[in-house]
Amino acid sequence: MHRVFAAAFLLSSTLFAADTIHAAGATFPAPIYQKWFSEFQAGHAGVSINYQPIGSGGGIRQLTEGTIDFGASDMPLTDRQIKSMKRKALHFPTLMGAVVLSYNVPGVSSALRLTPDAIAGIYLETIAWWDDPRLAVSNPGISLPHKPIEVIHRSDGSGTTFVFTDYLSKISPVWKRQVGASTSVAWPTGLGAKGNDGVASFVKQTPFSVGYIELLYAVQNQMTFADVRNAAGNFVRPDLEGVSAAAANLKAIPADFRVSLTNPPGESSYPISTFTWLLIPEEIKDPEHRRTIIDFLGWMLTTGQKDSRALSFAPLPAALVEKIQTQIGLIR
Amino acid sequence: MGKLAAGVTRLFAISILAITLLLVIQLWLHSYEARQKFGLGFLTSTLWNPVTDEFGALPFLYGTVITSFLALLIAVPLGVGAAIFLAELTGPKLSETLTFLVELLAAVPSVIFGLLAIFTLVPFMRNYVQPGLQRVTGGIAIFSGHPYGVGYLTAGVILAVMTFPFIISVSREALLAVPREQREAALAVGATQWEATWDAVIPFARLGIIGSIFLALARALGETMAVTMVIGNNPSIRASLFAPGYTIASVIANEFTEATGDVYLAALVELGLVLFALTIIINGLAQLLIRVTTKR
Repeated sequence: MHRVFAAAFLLSSTLFAADTIHAAGATFPAPIYQKWFSEFQAGHAGVSINYQPIGSGGGIRQLTEGTIDFGASDMPLTDRQIKSMKRKALHFPTLMGAVVLSYNVPGVSSALRLTPDAIAGIYLETIAWWDDPRLAVSNPGISLPHKPIEVIHRSDGSGTTFVFTDYLSKISPVWKRQVGASTSVAWPTGLGAKGNDGVASFVKQTPFSVGYIELLYAVQNQMTFADVRNAAGNFVRPDLEGVSAAAANLKAIPADFRVSLTNPPGESSYPISTFTWLLIPEEIKDPEHRRTIIDFLGWMLTTGQKDSRALSFAPLPAALVEKIQTQIGLIR
Repeated sequence: MGKLAAGVTRLFAISILAITLLLVIQLWLHSYEARQKFGLGFLTSTLWNPVTDEFGALPFLYGTVITSFLALLIAVPLGVGAAIFLAELTGPKLSETLTFLVELLAAVPSVIFGLLAIFTLVPFMRNYVQPGLQRVTGGIAIFSGHPYGVGYLTAGVILAVMTFPFIISVSREALLAVPREQREAALAVGATQWEATWDAVIPFARLGIIGSIFLALARALGETMAVTMVIGNNPSIRASLFAPGYTIASVIANEFTEATGDVYLAALVELGLVLFALTIIINGLAQLLIRVTTKR
C-alpha cells in the first residue's frame, strides 16, 4: 500500500512538477512579459512564472539581495552594480522599444521635425519659444506660434527617462556636463508628471507643451509625435521599423550585451531606441529552476518574439538572436 | 479574567510603541550612507541630483509644509464651520444625511482625488483661478509667474478637499458630546442660539476641534498620490504659489522604485526619517498649544 502511494507521489511530482519562478523588474516591457509568461505556462504544465513590475531599480535590488530568481531592467547594470552582486548576472536582451516626443501645439497639424540640438535646447531651456529659428529651420511651411514651450518630463524614476537622458547625453555635451543620464535627473526646466499616463495627460491638456513618452503609449493613445533627425542626418518617423533598423545598424555588440541603442548609425534608424533586458543569474543552483529558465529563454527568443509587434515592441534582429542563444549555454 | 484582559490589552498597547520604534530604527539604519555623507547639511541643501549623488531635503520640506498649511487654511474654516452647522444649527435629518456624505468623502481613495484633480481641478486652476487671482491682486509675488495649473496652490486645494471631511466628522462628534445643560444654561440667561453656540458650546468642544485639525494636518503631511499628481514635481523653492514644487511623500513615491545606488536609496530613506521628525515636532507643538490654551 505504501509503495503504491510512493509511486503515485513520484509520478505526480514528475507530471505536475510545480516549479514556481519569481521575477521582478521593469514596468516598460511588463505588458508583453505578462503575455509571454502566461503563454509559456500554458505550454508547460506545472510551471508558473510570477512577474512583478516594480521598476528596474527594484528588480536589480531584489536580484542583488537574492530574493527573486531573475530580474528585468530597462538599463544595463553598471560596473558598480555588478561588483555588488552576490552572484553574477547575465544580460539577455528581449525586445526593443522607443521613446517619442509628443507635443500639443494648437494650429499645427502636420508632424513636427526635431533636430537633436532642438530637443536638447528645449530641455535645457535654451530654446524657450515655439517660433525659435532653431525649430523653424527644420520645419519649413509650418507656422509656429510665438508661445513659450511648456516642457514636461517624468517625475517618477523610470527606464524611459534613462533612455531619453542617455540620448541627450550623447548628442549634447552641455547636457552631459550639466545633467547626465539616469532614471531620475535634476531637470533644468519643466513640470514633472507621474508615469507615461501622467505625461500624456499633461501634454494633452496643456497647450504648447512637449513631453517624452514610450512609443507604445503614444500609439495606443493616438498622440501626435515628432520625427527626429538621426545620426545619419535623416528625419525618421518613430515606428518599429526605425527601432529595428537601429539595432541592425549597431556595429559592435559587446559579448555581455550591455549596450546602449541610442543615437545609432544607419540611414533609417530611429535615434531614441532602447533594448530591454532580463537579468539571469549565471549560476542557478536548483536544477528545476535552471531547466525552466533555460526553456523559457529558448522559447522567448523564437516563439515569443512573434508576439512583440502586436504590442508595439520591435522584435530582436535575427543575427542578434543567434548570439543571444549561445549565451544560454553559459547558465550553470 | 480581568487580569488576563488587562495583560492582553497591555500587550496590544505595547505593540504601538514597538512598531514605532522599529520604524525609527529601520529608517535610521537604512539612511546610514546619506547621513554619513551629508550630515546635517542634508536638511539645508536644495540640491537633488541622482546623477551626481548629491541630495538635500529643503525643497521637499518646504513643499510639504507649504501645501499642508494651505490645505489647513482652506479646510479649517470650511470644516469647523460645517461641523458647527451640522451639530448645532440644523435638525437631525439634514445633519445625519450630510454626515453620511462626509463619511463617504473620507473613504474615497486618494488616487481618485488625484485623477479628478488632473482632469478637472488643474485645467480649472490654469484657466480661471490662477489668471483671476493675478488680475485681482495685480500679480504680487505669491501669485506671480506662469499659471501652469499645477503647483503648491493646486496641491493645497486638493489636500483641503481630502482633509476637511476629517475635520467635520471629528469636530461634529466633539460638539455633540457637549452636555445639553451647557446650551440650556446659556439660553436660560437670555443668549440667542448663535451666542449659546459660540460662547458656551464651542469653548467646551475646543479640544476635540483642535484634535480634528491635527488629524487633518497629519493626513496632509503624509498624503502622497493625489499631491504627486498635481504638485508639478520640481525640487525647487519659490515664493509663488503657482510654481511647481515637491513634497517629501511625493518624491519617495516617485523615485524609490527606480533608485539605484546606495546613497540615493539612503537619501530617500532619510527623507522618510525627516518626515517622521516633522510629524513629531508638529504633534509636539499641538500638545503644547492645547496645554497653553487649557491653562487659560
